Amino acid sequence: MVDRTSTAAIPATGSPVGGEPLVVLDGVNKHFGALHVLRDVDLTVHRGEVVVVIGPSGSGKSTLCRTINRLETIDTGTITIDGKPLPAEGKELARLRADVGMVFQSFNLFAHKTVLENVTLGPVKAKGMNRAQARDNGMALLERVGVANQAGKLPAQLSGGQQQRVAIARALAMNPKVMLFDEPTSALDPEMINEVLDVMVSLAGEGMTMIVVTHEMGFARRAAHRVVFMDGGQIVEQAQPETFFTAPRSDRAKDFLSKILTH
Amino acid sequence: MTLSDYLDQFAELFATFDVLGAFWQIVRLTAVSAVVSFVLGTVLALMRISPIPSLQWVGAAYVNVLRNTPLTVIILFCNLGLWAQLGLNLASPTSQTFFEQNNFRLAVLGLSVYHAAFVCEALRSGVNTVPVGQAEAARAIGLGFLPTARLIIFPQALRGAIAPLGNTLIALTKNTTVASAIGVAEASALMKTMIEFRPDVIIAIFLTFAIGFVILVLPVGLVVTSLSRRLAVAR
Repeated sequence: MVDRTSTAAIPATGSPVGGEPLVVLDGVNKHFGALHVLRDVDLTVHRGEVVVVIGPSGSGKSTLCRTINRLETIDTGTITIDGKPLPAEGKELARLRADVGMVFQSFNLFAHKTVLENVTLGPVKAKGMNRAQARDNGMALLERVGVANQAGKLPAQLSGGQQQRVAIARALAMNPKVMLFDEPTSALDPEMINEVLDVMVSLAGEGMTMIVVTHEMGFARRAAHRVVFMDGGQIVEQAQPETFFTAPRSDRAKDFLSKILTH
Repeated sequence: MTLSDYLDQFAELFATFDVLGAFWQIVRLTAVSAVVSFVLGTVLALMRISPIPSLQWVGAAYVNVLRNTPLTVIILFCNLGLWAQLGLNLASPTSQTFFEQNNFRLAVLGLSVYHAAFVCEALRSGVNTVPVGQAEAARAIGLGFLPTARLIIFPQALRGAIAPLGNTLIALTKNTTVASAIGVAEASALMKTMIEFRPDVIIAIFLTFAIGFVILVLPVGLVVTSLSRRLAVAR
């Protein structure tokens, strides 16, 4: 378990829980045509660490998140997960993706499958787990995120908040080493944001390694060990949440925070 | 002429010629070709959406060549080229009904390879109705290309492709008449015979076949419309 009270004393770039490096990006560059979306990004995330990535839109934070399970390819640099470099397409890559949970902004639940089928599909088809066990695990996970009573419904019958919690359960069902959240609350109505954030906070409390792209500063303050601020495809600044929000060092971070924290 | 005179003409035609048998041949050609072209079209669609450039190329080349070749040319080639010239027998040569069987199967071959191109494109249009996030989510939980296509993309694409697939099936039903060019005794072959022997009742002959095809094709359209409503994926 992560001791949340001790994080303040630990330097921002170090590991908050003494874990070894789990996700390491080294000199990552990516272009979309002429647009240089990631510029020499170096980032190390340790086991058990919760890293929140923030920044203005178009700063490359979503792209960064998607490169980690290779939904986006990179041009140069290396990404290693648990000591292994990211494989190219093929079975190796599929196996790696099974270890990296991903939660999308638009949920992306399988529209023709029930909630429970969404959660059991990965374990059964990608990991070869038997159906009964996958079902039991799936129901336990749906229980945990509070949507077990919706197990037989299709995703479209659920609210956005419920869908996103199912999506988290679906990712957890693969028993991932690290969870990526790509703006998980940005498509939600305001009253549903907290139900999703609560699940994420409890997940963080259980020691899950998480990389979270979000605009939810409250979540960053409550659950993150480290805030990474991106702008123009670069990591401009990283610090513990309290330090970052109260005393940002760079002008770009100050400018960004002044725009979002005025209310 | 009174209405009963016309009805007498129809009765006479049905008594003299095997109209139902000819239409049954249409149904058989359609059913078998529909299944074969659906399987082939699915494989082609998989190739075209696969991440492997050489497979994409082969799929695209197939579709563009077959779709743009007249069906009559393909069917005649199956008979005159594949069978007569290259000796491709699709039935046992010692069989009593060799020509009937062989021509039927050659016609099915021609109809299937031609309509597979249209099935492929119909399925591909269905794939385009599936949001890209569905495939990303599938890949993100560790599914490879084929499981993603089989479990996530195609079940949803199929529902989006029902209308264009229905159109292809309707076209196939009517295109089976080209099989008469290689001696399959289907409806249009019988129609030619009937016109030759009974030119005096030509209106009745045309009406017989027009109405016959409408009866065959109309339910396809109705079923397609109701299916595409009922199976629509809620998002």
